[in-house]
Amino acid sequence: MLRERAIELLLFGAAFVSVLTTVGIVYILVKESVVFFQHVPLADFFTDRQWTPLFDDAHFGIVVLLSGTLTSSAVALGVAIPLGTIIAIYLSEFAPFRLREAVKPVLEMLGGVPTIVYGYFALLFLTPLLQRFIPGLPGFNLLSAGIVMGIMIIPYVSSISEDAMRAVPMALREGSYAMGATRLQTALKVVVPAAFSGIASAYILGISRAVGETMILAVAAGMQPNLTFNPLEPAATITAFIVQVALGDLPHGSVGYQTIFAAGLTLMVLTLACNLAGHYLRKRFREAY
Amino acid sequence: MIRRQRYDVLFVAVGIAALAIGILTFLTLFVDMAVRGLPRLDLDFFTSFPSRRAANAGILSAWVGSTLVMVVTAIFAVPLGVASGVYLEEYAPKNWATDLIEINITNLAGVPSIVYGLLALGLFVYQFGLGQSILTAGLTLALLILPVVIVATREAIRSIPQTIREGSYAVGATRWQTVRHHILPYSSPGILTGVIIGMARAIGETAPIITIGALTFIAFLPPAPLKAEPPFVSFEWLWSPFTVMPIQMFNWTSRPEAAFQANAAAAGFVLVFMTLTMNALAIWLRYRLRRSIKW
Amino acid sequence: MVRDLPATKAEVRDLNFYYGDFRALKGIAMPVHERRVTALIGPSGCGKSTFLRCFNRMHDLYPGNRYEGEIVLHPENTNLLAREVDPIEVRMRIGMVFQKPNPFPKTVFENVAYGLRVRGERSRRAIEDKVEQALNEAALWDEVRDRLHQPAYNLSGGQQQRLCIARALATDPELLLFDEPTSALDPIATASIEELMHDLKQRVTILIVTHNMQQAARVSDFTAYMYLGELIEFGVTDDLFIKPKMKQTEDYLTGRFG
Repeated sequence: MLRERAIELLLFGAAFVSVLTTVGIVYILVKESVVFFQHVPLADFFTDRQWTPLFDDAHFGIVVLLSGTLTSSAVALGVAIPLGTIIAIYLSEFAPFRLREAVKPVLEMLGGVPTIVYGYFALLFLTPLLQRFIPGLPGFNLLSAGIVMGIMIIPYVSSISEDAMRAVPMALREGSYAMGATRLQTALKVVVPAAFSGIASAYILGISRAVGETMILAVAAGMQPNLTFNPLEPAATITAFIVQVALGDLPHGSVGYQTIFAAGLTLMVLTLACNLAGHYLRKRFREAY
Repeated sequence: MIRRQRYDVLFVAVGIAALAIGILTFLTLFVDMAVRGLPRLDLDFFTSFPSRRAANAGILSAWVGSTLVMVVTAIFAVPLGVASGVYLEEYAPKNWATDLIEINITNLAGVPSIVYGLLALGLFVYQFGLGQSILTAGLTLALLILPVVIVATREAIRSIPQTIREGSYAVGATRWQTVRHHILPYSSPGILTGVIIGMARAIGETAPIITIGALTFIAFLPPAPLKAEPPFVSFEWLWSPFTVMPIQMFNWTSRPEAAFQANAAAAGFVLVFMTLTMNALAIWLRYRLRRSIKW
Repeated sequence: MVRDLPATKAEVRDLNFYYGDFRALKGIAMPVHERRVTALIGPSGCGKSTFLRCFNRMHDLYPGNRYEGEIVLHPENTNLLAREVDPIEVRMRIGMVFQKPNPFPKTVFENVAYGLRVRGERSRRAIEDKVEQALNEAALWDEVRDRLHQPAYNLSGGQQQRLCIARALATDPELLLFDEPTSALDPIATASIEELMHDLKQRVTILIVTHNMQQAARVSDFTAYMYLGELIEFGVTDDLFIKPKMKQTEDYLTGRFG
């Protein structure tokens, strides 16, 4: 019937919007970046050690922003991976059913707090707190932002890891218990290795989330580009830089305008690599079970 | 034997400690917002525009802006998301086009929100000429939460047993009739849950909206959607500049004066309260769902 | 019980069916007599449900399936399996009752009315009359007349199955397919459905799949015995059960396997 076909086409069109969105993202990032790279040689982009795109003597070394991104992500993962994994193991292998059911929604809500609120928390609560223990800690620093970001990421890491662990068949655990192993031994020596690719995908997706985070860093780490790997310093991440430029006046078509797209493209490449790796690992894990 | 089991007990303590860290942080955050922000929360706060004087500043333009943007977001995200989910579950053949769509959806779920902002800036604001408007913001956020709505729709549809579909087809219904009379009604609670979670996320999004160019100091409201004269409905507001709650909070957080920080805390409290309520509502809905329709 | 052959409602001619590459039905040929009950019996996996589902093109819902051969519906002589024939049209003329009762999560009334609604019936009177008639034919009316607008899920298993039968009857089907309709029901509900079939066959042609030989012997006028996708024997029920022509049939009936 004609009407049925028309409806099917309409629904297909809706589903196709996702493809169009991706195409749109790739198109706009590449289009503006191409113009950017006509002004800025690729070699400079990767090797320059300064990032001052809006100055007269403009430098475009992406490494500067990358250092901020990587350092803050490292701090965040230093918090999220251990805590997230421990929570996942505890919930999956130790916690009584009731506790798990009660805790999981709370963790979900932790992930639902707007990031600007986390940013506020990092800047105005955590930093003063840390300043008591670390004298000389600047008001903007990567540590505070990184820690809060880490806590925000815990639900991602823990829920995916936990799903992976729960998918491991009971039979494997029973084999271990039957040999006299304790719960912890079984968890660490049997379940975690068996769920490994699922857990790894959780970590990678956590990395992706950390790299892509914007507001916490824009608020708490400052927006001053600074080539450093020391979390006690302020620095701008790729994402914070984009916000900074967007807050100012951006004449359409200026180099400053194109810079954010080049930065965005770099960000996309990073997160895409993480997402693909995570997806691949997750698929491989599902096929195993 | 006792020695090894001691490690079990130790780990339980560690596990609970880890959980406690997470939960405590959350509580501290909430309490901190409340303590600093609640004193600022009064009717004036909700009905005043932002101002250079902290004591007079309010979130009127921000929450109105947020509401309007959310309306646009929902108008785009819900039909697109539900239609996509229905297509993928009930119509899509197993071929490369379907795979392409599914890969894209999974991918888009992992794209940082600021990239959506760049997409909106380059395409919607400039190339399509939609300007730095509520319409652009709503569209952008709709695309952002689309994967959430799609996944929720698909899961809700998947929980409908095949025998119900067969029962409908056996009686001579077409595919669309089956979708319209059975699939959509039975999956709508699940879909609603997903929509609420998506909207909760959209309310709190800052980065894409800043990138589009929402201004941080807006001391006016967009034109009203309803007018006294014909044609009684106006779409001017769609093209209006605007601000939203998270941006207002960001603006105040960036000011060093303590008074503005109190404002920021108040705005933050409202934001957290809203997102928490929505998430809690969605979780409760999901819980009720699991207990009601037993196929 | 029937000695002279009654009119044929449908004729199966050299039916082959493929799930992908796997040939599930091999060269089936048999008549389906009008206003009689024909039973399909055989051990698990013999293809009886697969065969049944060819009649209302259920296999079209899933990818990778292929029909070869014909199922010709009388009196117009149309081949149900032809590509040009719309499966929706087929399903409007042929009804199905499933193994596990599958009422919709709607009211009793809406369940029965659904078939009418998808056909575009709008008159409220007409729908109400038809629903009552169908529920009467399914021997359920007296039990649900006060609960028409309550959820169908509140009914017992046997009632739900009769509701599904009413749902199928509401659209005046020419052929009714029953796919192991009582295997999920208790003996009392089973007996009521069997009795119902006895009444129904005066108006509708019935094709029933059952794994219960005794049920086939009780309800059917004709029986077809299938094994591994082939039709081994077809005949008048009494004849087939008392004096089967094929040894395979006899082995199955006497319980030597399956």
